[in-house]
Amino acid sequence: MERQKRKKANSVDVRELTVLCCPLYFPSPEWNRAAKKSRRSIEEHREESGAEEGSMTLGLINANPVVHAKKERVARTEDPHCDDAVDPLEIYDHVRDIRDPEHPYSLEQLSVLSEESITVDEKLGRILIMFTPTIQHCSMVTVIGLCLRVKLQDCFPPHFKVDIKVAPGSHADEESVNKQLNDKERVAAALENPNLRQLVDECLYSSEL
Amino acid sequence: MAEPTELTRHVEAYIDTSRSPAQQAAALEAIASLLKSGRLTIEAMVREMGLYLTTTDAIIRAKGILLLAEVLSCLSSNPLDKITIHSLITFFTERLADWKALRGALVGCLALMRRNDQVGRVTLDDAKAVLESFLESLHVQSLGQHDRKLCFELLECLLENYSDAVIPLGNQVIDGLCESIDMEKDPECLMLAFHIVKLAAQLFPDPDGPLACVAEELFEILGHYFPIHFTHQKAEDLNITRDNLSSSLMLAFSSTPLFEPFAVPLLLEKLSSDLPSAKVDALKYLNHCSLKYGPERMAKHAEAIWRLLKDTILLSLRELILSFSPESLDTLETPRNEIADGALTFLETAVAQNNDLFLNLILGDADVNLIIQSISSYKSYTEISSEMKERVHAVGRILAVSAKTSIASCNRVFGSIRPCLLEALGISVRDLYGNHPHGHEHVDSEEISFGALFLSVLLLEASRDLIVGSEKATFLPNSGPEASHSIFQGFATGFERAFISTMSRNNYTEVSNPHVFLGVKGLQIFATFPGGLLPIQGSLFEDILTMLVSVVTQNCKNEWLWTLAMKALVNIGSYIFKYHQPEKGPSFMAIVVEKISSLLTSTELGMPYPLKLEAASNVGMIEMNYMLRIVRGVEEALFTNLSEIYTQVNIKSAEETVQLLHCYSTKILPWMQESGGTEQVPMQFVAALLSQIEGCNDLSSVAEEKGIMDATMEAVKFAVGSCSEASQNIIVEKTCSILSSSSYFSVDEYSFPTLPIEMEGLLSTNELESMPAKEKWVLSLFASVIIALHPTTHISNVRAAIHLFMRTFLKGHIPSAQALGSIVNKLCPRQNGERVPSDCSLEEAIDLIFNLSMRYPGKSKITLSDICHAASTNKSLQISALVGLAWIGKGLLMRGHDKVKDITMIFLECFLPTDGMSSKQASPEEEQDQNLHSSVMKYAADSFRILMSDSEDCLNRRFHPIIRPLYKQRFFSIMLPIFQSLFVKCDSSLTRSLLYRAFAHVVCEAPLIAVLGEAKKLIPLLVDAILIFSKDDAGKDLMYSLLLVLSGILMDKNGQDAVIDNASMIINCLISSITYPHMMPVRETGLQCLFAMSTLPHTRVYPLRTQVLQAIARVLDDPKRVVRLEAVRCRQAWSFLC
Repeated sequence: MERQKRKKANSVDVRELTVLCCPLYFPSPEWNRAAKKSRRSIEEHREESGAEEGSMTLGLINANPVVHAKKERVARTEDPHCDDAVDPLEIYDHVRDIRDPEHPYSLEQLSVLSEESITVDEKLGRILIMFTPTIQHCSMVTVIGLCLRVKLQDCFPPHFKVDIKVAPGSHADEESVNKQLNDKERVAAALENPNLRQLVDECLYSSEL
Repeated sequence: MAEPTELTRHVEAYIDTSRSPAQQAAALEAIASLLKSGRLTIEAMVREMGLYLTTTDAIIRAKGILLLAEVLSCLSSNPLDKITIHSLITFFTERLADWKALRGALVGCLALMRRNDQVGRVTLDDAKAVLESFLESLHVQSLGQHDRKLCFELLECLLENYSDAVIPLGNQVIDGLCESIDMEKDPECLMLAFHIVKLAAQLFPDPDGPLACVAEELFEILGHYFPIHFTHQKAEDLNITRDNLSSSLMLAFSSTPLFEPFAVPLLLEKLSSDLPSAKVDALKYLNHCSLKYGPERMAKHAEAIWRLLKDTILLSLRELILSFSPESLDTLETPRNEIADGALTFLETAVAQNNDLFLNLILGDADVNLIIQSISSYKSYTEISSEMKERVHAVGRILAVSAKTSIASCNRVFGSIRPCLLEALGISVRDLYGNHPHGHEHVDSEEISFGALFLSVLLLEASRDLIVGSEKATFLPNSGPEASHSIFQGFATGFERAFISTMSRNNYTEVSNPHVFLGVKGLQIFATFPGGLLPIQGSLFEDILTMLVSVVTQNCKNEWLWTLAMKALVNIGSYIFKYHQPEKGPSFMAIVVEKISSLLTSTELGMPYPLKLEAASNVGMIEMNYMLRIVRGVEEALFTNLSEIYTQVNIKSAEETVQLLHCYSTKILPWMQESGGTEQVPMQFVAALLSQIEGCNDLSSVAEEKGIMDATMEAVKFAVGSCSEASQNIIVEKTCSILSSSSYFSVDEYSFPTLPIEMEGLLSTNELESMPAKEKWVLSLFASVIIALHPTTHISNVRAAIHLFMRTFLKGHIPSAQALGSIVNKLCPRQNGERVPSDCSLEEAIDLIFNLSMRYPGKSKITLSDICHAASTNKSLQISALVGLAWIGKGLLMRGHDKVKDITMIFLECFLPTDGMSSKQASPEEEQDQNLHSSVMKYAADSFRILMSDSEDCLNRRFHPIIRPLYKQRFFSIMLPIFQSLFVKCDSSLTRSLLYRAFAHVVCEAPLIAVLGEAKKLIPLLVDAILIFSKDDAGKDLMYSLLLVLSGILMDKNGQDAVIDNASMIINCLISSITYPHMMPVRETGLQCLFAMSTLPHTRVYPLRTQVLQAIARVLDDPKRVVRLEAVRCRQAWSFLC
């Protein structure tokens, strides 16, 4: 019973977070206000319809995503003399198992990412990841981007410059999302937020898949 | 008679619910032992317990009855008289109605019912009373798990041992049975329940009996359990697996034919289920049941069975890909599919049972016929659609399986599809009976369809297996063989031609061409047809062999084809012996073995030499006779080559000789030894080699180069090693006589070995090079022979041999040193006054080695240890002495001799700084001297590697050394304190690093268990050593081995305690290893160790977290991907420490 309760509380948290984190993740006062507004409206809505159901209907932005099969992991040939430069597959291997913030599926299964959507230039030290949100209005898109950034920060040395973008035409707010994802300070600020940080960590290290 | 009070005490202890289970068990045991020893009788005990057994307090009564019952189970092997048993069983029978104290009653009944005749058994009447009471008063499914289990056990016992009591109660029993197993869910109870059904079915087999009336009802209960769905995760705490349950249910299903009307439809229905395990089970059950139910009953379902089986086989083969690699010459598809296997097995059973019925169905099936009719259109494997491939595959397998069941069905299958196949293969019927029985004409491989080839290969294989199997069982009905023979004959002639033409017309450029594969496989099948029923004439067998041999000799470029043909030849060869077809042996020998053996000596350039050797060894390994022929070929080639090499420079034959020798020692000799060949072969080989050397007076020096000498020595060692003592004695005698006839090993010295060795010769460094080539060969061969001897082999004049080897190893001849090591390892020690078999005991030999004096011109005499201590100024002499000493030490160490301590002390003393070297300002000369000295020290350090590691060249298991158990462990524990004290004393950095080198050799080779025991002392030293090695690349292999030792300690529970104490020191050391630039595995292992460190207690490792994370961040940029991945894993583990 206790555990169930906690679980419920968690699930409410997750849904609230996108709203809660907005002020920090979008630090401009305008965004702040908008976020507060949306939060208030959600709270009101919740009071009207009962907390549980409210969160159910509001929280899931894409309630029924298309799930794809996991691709088979290709074992690399053990050649001691081959050039072990960083390649898209290596990056993909690091990020394919990140869990989606909303669903118990990996980004690979939801086809948010693919090996082809990653480009890398080792000489210049640049990594570019294009990902495709499941729906155009996905508000989780920033969280996914944040997860990718944190994961790559953990896995690659700091001299790599990582660009994370949504695939052209795949999101309604494409431009602002891209701007936000590649803004160092906004990312840093978002990661200061303990709730958001927890959500990111859950996505990165969850074993629910 | 025991004191009543004692009994009362025990009884009270048992019945008191507040006592612990252990106390209760002790009380029970005490009572049982009283009864067993006869100090107490059952009557007395029952009388004493009176009230406990009858009280109205249910808890106490239950306990009391249970106690009595448990005591009875303890007495299962003690005799009891009839009256006691009768009264007890009557009591328990009555108690079965007492549901509050049921457990005791069940246990008691069981204990009594399980007794055998010798110790007094329950009578049939009593058993019947038990059964009646059971059926009347027990409602099994309302009981707890353990009680249900007891009930089932009781029922099982009744059905098994008291069948006469059960049969009169027929209907009641079956009804009670149905009632009690209905809805059972516990796996243990189910196992019993299934067994009970089986027993009941055996008791009531009558088709009008009690079981027949309720068969449907009973089967309905059983059917619910199929397919077994078993979710219990930990199978080990139950001892029951899904497989146990499944096979037990299968036995219940098949227990009586009365179940047939219900079971077969159910199983057939499940066959179309989506669950693979259900399919596999259904097929297994069907196979088993059809055998039990009999052909008549199964015939009713034939059509449904065939329809479903066809679909199942088609579906299941879909996932299988035909593989055309040489390995799959035996079975066509490599990954086995359980469903396909099950379906084909069942089909085989079904066809065997109802032969005509099923063959009608199969051959009359529209799908099958469609494939057969259109078989000629499936021309090329690559062009057929994958769906058609599957269909052809499935039809082929179905036909093959049905043909395999009997001669008659084989004939029928062949008869019906032969015309289509022949047409598809492009052979007209007229050709068959024409005048060209083996002509290769008119069959154009372009027109041969893949499908037809495939089908014919499968069918031929099936018929061959059938004939081979039936020959073994010697069942040959009178009309059978002739009829089948004639059909095969006509049928096969065509095919053989088709296969040969496939082989000959195809250009073999394509890698893994399915046509060629099937051609080779077809030929292989033809060649393995048993002789009596051989559908082809003897000459055809020879044709096939000739064809395959020519493929082997002419297609060396195409590796796939070469291996394929080679494999086919080997298969044919082994078939001859597996199935006793001696009439084929001579042809095989003449065509294949002779030809391949002659390849070795021929100068034909078409085939690369390694391939020739591979072919030869493959063919030889089929059978001993072939191997002997091959060995003759190899030796012939070898001695011709060697004689050329001895006399003239011939680089080409030098390479071949090395390959020959290598093949001889690594392939042929081990095989001969394993398969119990005679020792004549290796002995004659060595003898011939020696005679050849002896006869050769003028050897060219080329022979030493190109590795011929090493290869020869290796071959000689292995050959001598595989001989028995008697042959070894002969070889040793021969070698000694050659040696003594040589003028170089001067006769005088040879017979008076105590004379001092003149050092003049030793002083010139290139003395070994100046040794005449022949003498060097003789010496090396002598050393090799000595190395491989058994301990019991007699060496005449051991002293002379030791003297000779002493002289030569000081010149830098390492095999001599190894031979010395081998001698001291194998010589017998002196026993109290007894004369040892050889003329020199171990002690004498050691004495000789260490006290043999050497004389400088004009100087005093010195001994071996003096040379090691740099008494001579000649450093290369000192190095040779050290290396030699190490081998001698190894021989002594392995047998656990004490002298090895002295030898290690000599090595360690080399590390001690020589006079004035460290203090004074070094002049250029002294500097050079110092360099030389450091190289000497390096050799001294590496001597420990020779001491500890297992060597390929000498004193390994093939050369029969004397090995004392745990010698490495012992040496390690002796050396550890010595090293510890030396590290403390040592102040020069050079000495220190070399000391660590020596130490590393000892630690790396020591068994892990010994290392773990000393982990606490060892870790600081290990860490220091790794830090020192991490400075340059000189000790990278050692560093890697040390890291492995460290990781071994880290992984062990006891080792971890030591690690915890030194955590920060180890972390520092690991951090230095993860950036080690010279060797990738070092970095990888370092990271793995760091990862393991993160699991240590939080308080110890948390303070180090920042330091580790910073270090790992640098490794994220490693050039090797493996290291990067390891770094990410490690970093994640450490960053989660908070």
